Amino acid sequence: MILIQGKGVSRGVVKGPLYFYQRTDRQIVQRVCEDLEAEKARLADAQQRSIEQLGVLAEKCREEAGDEAAVLFETHAMFVEDDDYVECIMDMLDSEQCNAEYAVQQAGEQFAAMFAAMDDAYMRARSADIRDVTTRIINNLLGIVEGGIDSDVPVILAADDLAPSETLQLDKSKILGFALQGGSGNGHTAILARTMGIPAICGMGDALKPELEGRTAYIDGETGRVILDPDNLTLQTLREKFEKQEQLKALMQTMRGQEDVTLDGRHINVYCNIGSPEDVAAVQANDGQGIGLFRSEFLYLASSDYPTEDEQFEAYKTVAAAMNGKRVIIRTLDIGADKNVGYFDLKKEENPALGVRAIRICLNRPEVFRTQLRALYRASAFGKVAIMFPMITSVWEVKECRRACEAVMKELKAEGIPFNPETEIGIMVETPASVFVAEDLAKLVDFFSVGTNDLTQYTLACDRQCNDLGKFFDPHHPAVLRALKMTADAAHKAGIWVGICGELGADLSLLPTFLAMGIDELSVSPASVLPLRAEIRKSIAQLCTLEALEC
Amino acid sequence: MKQFTYEIQDPLGIHARPAGMFAKLAKSFADSTITLTKNDQTVKATQLMKLMSLAVKQGDVITIGVEGGDEAGAADALEKFLKENL
Repeated sequence: MILIQGKGVSRGVVKGPLYFYQRTDRQIVQRVCEDLEAEKARLADAQQRSIEQLGVLAEKCREEAGDEAAVLFETHAMFVEDDDYVECIMDMLDSEQCNAEYAVQQAGEQFAAMFAAMDDAYMRARSADIRDVTTRIINNLLGIVEGGIDSDVPVILAADDLAPSETLQLDKSKILGFALQGGSGNGHTAILARTMGIPAICGMGDALKPELEGRTAYIDGETGRVILDPDNLTLQTLREKFEKQEQLKALMQTMRGQEDVTLDGRHINVYCNIGSPEDVAAVQANDGQGIGLFRSEFLYLASSDYPTEDEQFEAYKTVAAAMNGKRVIIRTLDIGADKNVGYFDLKKEENPALGVRAIRICLNRPEVFRTQLRALYRASAFGKVAIMFPMITSVWEVKECRRACEAVMKELKAEGIPFNPETEIGIMVETPASVFVAEDLAKLVDFFSVGTNDLTQYTLACDRQCNDLGKFFDPHHPAVLRALKMTADAAHKAGIWVGICGELGADLSLLPTFLAMGIDELSVSPASVLPLRAEIRKSIAQLCTLEALEC
Repeated sequence: MKQFTYEIQDPLGIHARPAGMFAKLAKSFADSTITLTKNDQTVKATQLMKLMSLAVKQGDVITIGVEGGDEAGAADALEKFLKENL
């Protein structure tokens, strides 16, 4: 039995093959090759694999999107075998006596350049297809799987850590769980795992060896263990856990369609946190009553340049329309700190969590902010959109945000573009400063939502990215809970509602405390909705106390 | 040798998708050599990239030539394809 201990960051037990995430690190250099026949054989093999992959893609596409789209992949497959293209590669091999990768790259560039030089705009754009095909062949030569999972069966994805932009490109249907060498419970892979409702373990260090690739493993997100070749006793325990987990899942389904109300009649809004429009399916499957946090970063992380107003509008509109009149709270750009985006050209900071991030970037770059606000207001015509600003510390920031909103609404009105002028505006309470001035902030907004991950980090002076803080990083610390209470009191005094959209919202052990504070909304990962609903429905709000706030 | 001409009706011309389908169809007649001519440029219909590089547009007249094997059958099939798709 091999047992590797890490830190469980998303619960659940699952069994599957370990698969190590492959990074594309493609530096093609020209090498002289002794054995040209061997290079040609490698090339033929890579071509064959490319054609097979494209065939599978075409089939998948045909099922999901119909014939039209599928033919494009079939055309790509024909490019792979195209006489002139292949001839060009062969000529290069013969004349340069070089490696196949180099020959393919050169031929690809030559043909891409030919298309790029054409008069016709449509044909010019085809150079991208040639590059795509060329990259595929080269990847197959190098055995690289581009940002993805080259496996027919779902896997446990292992990696040192995954960047937010990397997790975005993953085929989520192929992932059973995560096992990370690095990372932390507040890292983005952990958040993704909780959104998906699959187990994840981080901080495994070097013990998670790449040699384990392909081996069948069990991961237990509760104990933080990865287990290979379990002995009988361990195997029995794992199986029992797995069965219980499946039973519980089935039981939780009975919570669908039920109201989020305590035994004594207190209603709570149970909403979901999502990171992209794709996650709406999970919200609906778990019967979330709205979206309490739609992180808009995915738009910025997934692209190589500032996303346009139209691109953003489409994404926001899709979610707003899909939620069919239920509230969708979209948080404006929250990059900086651990989420960096190349084209923003942010300066390297000693303490990025205390640097120019989130709303600070938006207020420093009004044009970036304006584009997003325009997209948000345009989407407000298609559903119940609310706008939320992150990392607020001061009253003047909120006033400036409101002025930016007013300006955008004025523009849209002048252009005759529909929007909802009553769109709710709220702020994230995640800094101690915003807690201290909460009463003044509450007069300026329609709601508060507490980001407990950052609030814990800033209140306790504990870096959320740091794995070694252990017992010092305590989200249950009375200081954090008292900050929550102050925020809730300030909100209610001003007659606005207050929610929690951090990880703490799904912490069932704190539900009585939240009920005692009168928290109006809890926004959790979709997988946490039904268990939270079950807990709310057996609670009695009047009997809840604030004892957790005592030191 | 069998030959016929066709005027492209499709607003997009011979774009990637139909070019791929056309080349695929031409390839299926393995014993015939099939050519496509626009103005004075001639390419083999199986050469997908060259075919696309002709940038055949709506209103262009192309000439298809078929030589060897089942000339009549291939010409009929290709003409039918052009009428249905382009």
